[in-house]
Amino acid sequence: MADPEPELLHLGLEALHVALGGKMVPFAGYLMPVQYPDGVLKEHLHTRAAAGLFDVSHMGQVILRPKAGMAALKLAFEALMPVDVLGLAEGRQRYGLLTNDQGGILDDLMFTNRGEHLYVVVNAACKAADIAHMTAMMPGVSVEPVADRALLALQGPGAEAALEAVLPGVAAMRFMDHRVIGDIWVSRSGYTGEDGFEISVPEVQAEGFARKLLAQPGVAPIGLGARDSLRLEAGLCLYGHDIDTTTSPVEANLTWALQKARRAGGAREGGFPGAARILRELAQGPERLRVGLCPEGRAPMREGVDLFARDGTPVGRVSSGGFGPSVNAPIAMGYVARSHATLGTELMGEVRGKRLPVTVCELPFHPTSYQR
Amino acid sequence: MKYTKDHEWLRVEGDLVVVGITEHAATQLGDVVFVELPEPDTMVAEGDEVCVIESVKAASDILAPIDGEIVAVNGKLVDAPALVNEDPTGAAWFFKMRVDDLSVLDQFMDEDEYQDLIG
Repeated sequence: MADPEPELLHLGLEALHVALGGKMVPFAGYLMPVQYPDGVLKEHLHTRAAAGLFDVSHMGQVILRPKAGMAALKLAFEALMPVDVLGLAEGRQRYGLLTNDQGGILDDLMFTNRGEHLYVVVNAACKAADIAHMTAMMPGVSVEPVADRALLALQGPGAEAALEAVLPGVAAMRFMDHRVIGDIWVSRSGYTGEDGFEISVPEVQAEGFARKLLAQPGVAPIGLGARDSLRLEAGLCLYGHDIDTTTSPVEANLTWALQKARRAGGAREGGFPGAARILRELAQGPERLRVGLCPEGRAPMREGVDLFARDGTPVGRVSSGGFGPSVNAPIAMGYVARSHATLGTELMGEVRGKRLPVTVCELPFHPTSYQR
Repeated sequence: MKYTKDHEWLRVEGDLVVVGITEHAATQLGDVVFVELPEPDTMVAEGDEVCVIESVKAASDILAPIDGEIVAVNGKLVDAPALVNEDPTGAAWFFKMRVDDLSVLDQFMDEDEYQDLIG
């Protein structure tokens, strides 16, 4: 009999997740822990109060190796993103966006200057397409998927002490620093709004390394459910929901990621896919904008909820939403017409046929605590 | 206590039927963060969507298990939705119904049958 379901991929740490009581569900083609016995709410709050360990090995790790020098590699990578790659110092990481010719977002990623090459982390669901895209668009670059490495994230106010106990030296790192310590690659970054680290570990060592971290005081395993509510409270985009091939970086309110060098009047203005639209939107403002949304009552407004002005005119849609455990209220993000994107604008969101009040509010919902 | 295949429990209290969701259902839903209750004194038919529960994961409905009149709702759940996880078969009842004939409950599962269903 034919199997209608595509084969799920398995994480190297699956046995550990099961041993820890993880509830395994399909996500981005992988069988992943959505929660542990504590549940999403407690796991979320634990991460903000102490430290949470996340297995994000489903994400794509890629090395971009130059065939003809780092300068040529950086220029080639800049030709794919409205982002300053040349200006990124060795040992530093930066947020990047691959754009298409229409100025939409193919993926968002983190890239690191490691001196002799660039190390890139991309979204799981996009990694095959990203690798094909980068390979086709950068003939002078060797695009090398990293196999056999797990990726862990340790996040929260207790992350520094816990990781320092296992990997001495990391406490000296600042936000967006990257270090290679033996065969472990550490970045001081994450996806929760908290201080923390992302740690790439050879798969053969991964379970032992994860167990060492879990043995540190205050460290608990955290599933995908809390990862989503943490990133939502931090106002961070989830690819495929808050950003996709139809949303531009300007509409997505990610202009902070577009450095001056690539903007009008910059040293390397334009020259990336979709530059015409992106530079125009930077100059004139976009037609719609991703904003924070605070529902007035207790009812969550989830992805797909239609948004209306108080006079009933449709103005947009929720791109992701749910309950924010740390703010103890429903929170959402969505795209609204620029005329209705000002902070404090009162809108209505249609939930189960009823239009409920919701206000455009500031992002993030929960203050970030990056160690800059 | 009687149980429906939709993981609701029904308990007779005087001439009323008290309705809630089972511990199994509460665990499956995850942390409940929002409850919407029906208006008291409404007539409902079996299968009507009468309550909404939202957990950190998703929204789900509670269906009226039988025809009848909703005569009381548990307003505590609106302010403290977490009660649904803490005490699903006790403090976290959802509503009370008046029915014509309590024998209508005979069609539902008893404890052993329900345990077999979720086992």
